[in-house]
Amino acid sequence: MKHYRVVIIGGGLAGCSAALHVSRRGAKVALLERGRCGAQASGVNFGGVRQQGRHLAEMPLARRSRSIWGGLRELVGSDCEFVASGHLKLACSVKEMAELEAYRATAKDYGLDLELVGPKAIRDRYPYLGEAILGGSICHEDGQANPRLVAPAFARAARRCGADIFENAPVINAWHDGRRFVVDVGRECLAADKLINTAGAWGSRVASWFGDHVDEDVMAPNMCVTEPLPFFMKPALGVCGGSIYLRQTLHGSVVFGSGLGIADRDRLRARPLPAVIEEGARKAIQLVPRLKNALLVRTWTGIEGRMADGLPVVGRSLNVEGLFHAFGFTGHGFQLGPAVGAVLSEYALDGDSTTDVTGLSINRMVHGHVHQHISCPLHHTA
Amino acid sequence: MKNEKVAIIGAGPAGMRAAMTLVEHGLRPTVIDESSMSGGQIYRRPPRDLDAFRPRQMLYGFEARKAGALHIGFDGLGDTIDYRPNTTIWSVENGRLSVVANDAVETLAWDRLVLAPGAMDRIVPVRNWTVPGVYTLGAAQIALKAQASSIGNKVVFFGTGPLLYLVAYQYAKAGLDVAAVLDTSLFPSVPKAASLLSGGLTFAKGLYHVAWLKAHGVRTVHGIRPEEITLTQTGTAGGLTFRHPDGSTETIKASAIAFGYGLKAETQIADLLDLEFFFDSTNRQWLPVQDRYGRSSCQSVYLAGDGAWIRGADMAELSGTRAALVLLADIGVHGLLPRIDALSAKIRTADRFRRAIETSFPFPAHLAAQLEGEVTLCRCEGVTVGAFRDAIAQTGESEINRLKAFTRVGTGRCQGRVCGASAMEIAASSGKTCIQDAGRLRGQIPVKPVPLSTLAGETR
Ligand SMILES: Cc1cc2nc3c(=O)[nH]c(=O)nc-3n(C[C@H](O)[C@H](O)[C@H](O)COP(=O)(O)OP(=O)(O)OC[C@H]3O[C@@H](n4cnc5c(N)ncnc54)[C@H](O)[C@@H]3O)c2cc1C
Repeated sequence: MKHYRVVIIGGGLAGCSAALHVSRRGAKVALLERGRCGAQASGVNFGGVRQQGRHLAEMPLARRSRSIWGGLRELVGSDCEFVASGHLKLACSVKEMAELEAYRATAKDYGLDLELVGPKAIRDRYPYLGEAILGGSICHEDGQANPRLVAPAFARAARRCGADIFENAPVINAWHDGRRFVVDVGRECLAADKLINTAGAWGSRVASWFGDHVDEDVMAPNMCVTEPLPFFMKPALGVCGGSIYLRQTLHGSVVFGSGLGIADRDRLRARPLPAVIEEGARKAIQLVPRLKNALLVRTWTGIEGRMADGLPVVGRSLNVEGLFHAFGFTGHGFQLGPAVGAVLSEYALDGDSTTDVTGLSINRMVHGHVHQHISCPLHHTA
Repeated sequence: MKNEKVAIIGAGPAGMRAAMTLVEHGLRPTVIDESSMSGGQIYRRPPRDLDAFRPRQMLYGFEARKAGALHIGFDGLGDTIDYRPNTTIWSVENGRLSVVANDAVETLAWDRLVLAPGAMDRIVPVRNWTVPGVYTLGAAQIALKAQASSIGNKVVFFGTGPLLYLVAYQYAKAGLDVAAVLDTSLFPSVPKAASLLSGGLTFAKGLYHVAWLKAHGVRTVHGIRPEEITLTQTGTAGGLTFRHPDGSTETIKASAIAFGYGLKAETQIADLLDLEFFFDSTNRQWLPVQDRYGRSSCQSVYLAGDGAWIRGADMAELSGTRAALVLLADIGVHGLLPRIDALSAKIRTADRFRRAIETSFPFPAHLAAQLEGEVTLCRCEGVTVGAFRDAIAQTGESEINRLKAFTRVGTGRCQGRVCGASAMEIAASSGKTCIQDAGRLRGQIPVKPVPLSTLAGETR
């Protein structure tokens, strides 16, 4: 049985980043991915790289991730089309403006700078916005990236650092035999000192092999993209309440997400729904009226794990020493992915992390009972 | 049984025959087609006010009688069908179709579907293929049939397949200047042509077009290799440079170019329905799997016409009739088996003939594989062959959907319907894998682009 210091189950962005961070420190690591790296949620998401609006429990992770996003070219050899275009969160009422203002004050404690934009400035600076918009809050260092490129780029970089990346290698079962972890890939088993579970929407299944039982639901954010349009919009847009999010790529296409399609975790299939697309088109036009003349050319969705309180599980296993989880990102784990991998590598190699993720611990939801105080209205997709 | 909701997608010869057959047995199918008039590509009709100018005989040549019978038969159905022209399907789910008509969206329910969506031209990019003045063979034919106009004063036709000669013939017959007909295959000088004789009449017609063109002094060259579409000073198409089999090159001037390499089945709806596909290696394309009666891998979905397998118009009629009969038998109509068997026998013979045609006019996969780096591969997204190959080299990937994700080839307006065939060939050759393993480009809704205002329920 081949022995590794660390074995990782799941090659999404979290897992591929973990593989890179472990291998950069010279430790022997294997990543096992059921299909292709980055082909699930990490490769099909909206591409929002956003800190603004995050639950405070995620903030240290989001801050750390942002610093990794800025150095992608050095780290993985490609910027993956990441641009700090800014993220503009919009308000339609005085109450929502007040929410943005309150959030700005708290975010400051985490070193995140947000600029409030009032009714007049919002028209002057963003003339393409619809009439209902009263104002907004912009985070200049937030932005967007091309999701299809990111996880595979991390996987390739990890491979260059000596990681064994196995694709088309579904893990059927794993256990701890008293001395080490044994990971069963069907035709063979691998042994490991430490085990990382980054199995995305299937993360709770892997966790349950070790008696860590939590409820993880699935969600399939419905995504649409238009034909390329002349470039007119720099920041990625969000709204209070999160019912629509929208961005224009450098290429010119406008990507937007709104509502949910359907996902089947067992058949590995997800599809957008026509009625949801129609509703999304209405919302997109309300937000940016000039889109009414644009052609919708493609839609898609993906399979994402959803936790009842909207926060992922990141950290140590409840029951088994040496096992670490990171799953259930509930529609907003793309931005976090790079740092999640870094944090997991520290857990696996050092026993602890320099980044505070205590609010994301699995302890908060034993047997699926969510402690109410953690739930927060501010989390949403993208 | 009579309440069974049947939707027929496509009002070409296959869909029209399916509709007539269902009506004969008391059903009232919904027939959906993007065009304003039935007939499909081959029996496309000119707008009514042009009718007088171009009688059927002129429009359809040998096929005038068949065209007439179909048009009259279908028009005679009147209210016995729910006919929806000018209607585009943009999404399909189990039991539900989402369509756009008159700038509005609508949902239709179905219990059974007959897929007869036809085929479109298959192309291989060539240098400058995206400039004004370059058309597919099918588009050149539409201009003539439906709009009574020509794509240019002087036209070079190139590519391969029966349509190449047919369209050139139709242009010449209409008194237009055909500069040359240039075929990448060696047809009809190849010995294989002998086996075509079993195809009888259809083959005779094909030879007739070739002979007619030659007799009327139209230059035809076989075994050519297109090099580039030359440009005029204003950047429009000015001619074609090609290589003769002996290696010498020549440029023929023209004001328009039409090209194509056979047809490609329209399979997006089959794909969205998750039907099973197989790779047809003679034709070099992925097609929905069908049983010996034309049923797809999904119990309630039937396949007919060129959308299922490129067999031409006569077989489209036969397979359309058969799809309807099999559907009727499946919902409990008795006594249809003899007719179904007779049709199936005819279809099988035709298949053999069609295979011979495909081998005489092979899809020039090597042209795609050998394209130069600067040539545009995906015009919707502006991706060159070189950028596509770089991605293959950099990532080590050769699966087409992975490459689509990395390069945007096939993510644009046409979703790879135009460039997909060549992208697959390049993926296979540069990725050093066989064409089957390069995989099948998967589509996503909308089947065709839709304005957001239409989806939103606003008028533009
Ligand atoms: C449509 C959509 C839009 C989104 N938009 C945004 C956004 O704008 N911004 C943002 O920050 N986040 C967004 N998200 C969320 C984000 O994409 C995810 O949170 C993130 O990618 C999760 O990464 P992951 O590595 O945990 O999961 P995944 O990418 O799903 O990776 C998990 C991997 O584990 C593999 N796996 C599972 N079980 C096994 C097994 N037994 N053996 C081997 N391998 C296994 C799977 O095949 C999969 O590849 C969006 C998500 C979706 C679906």
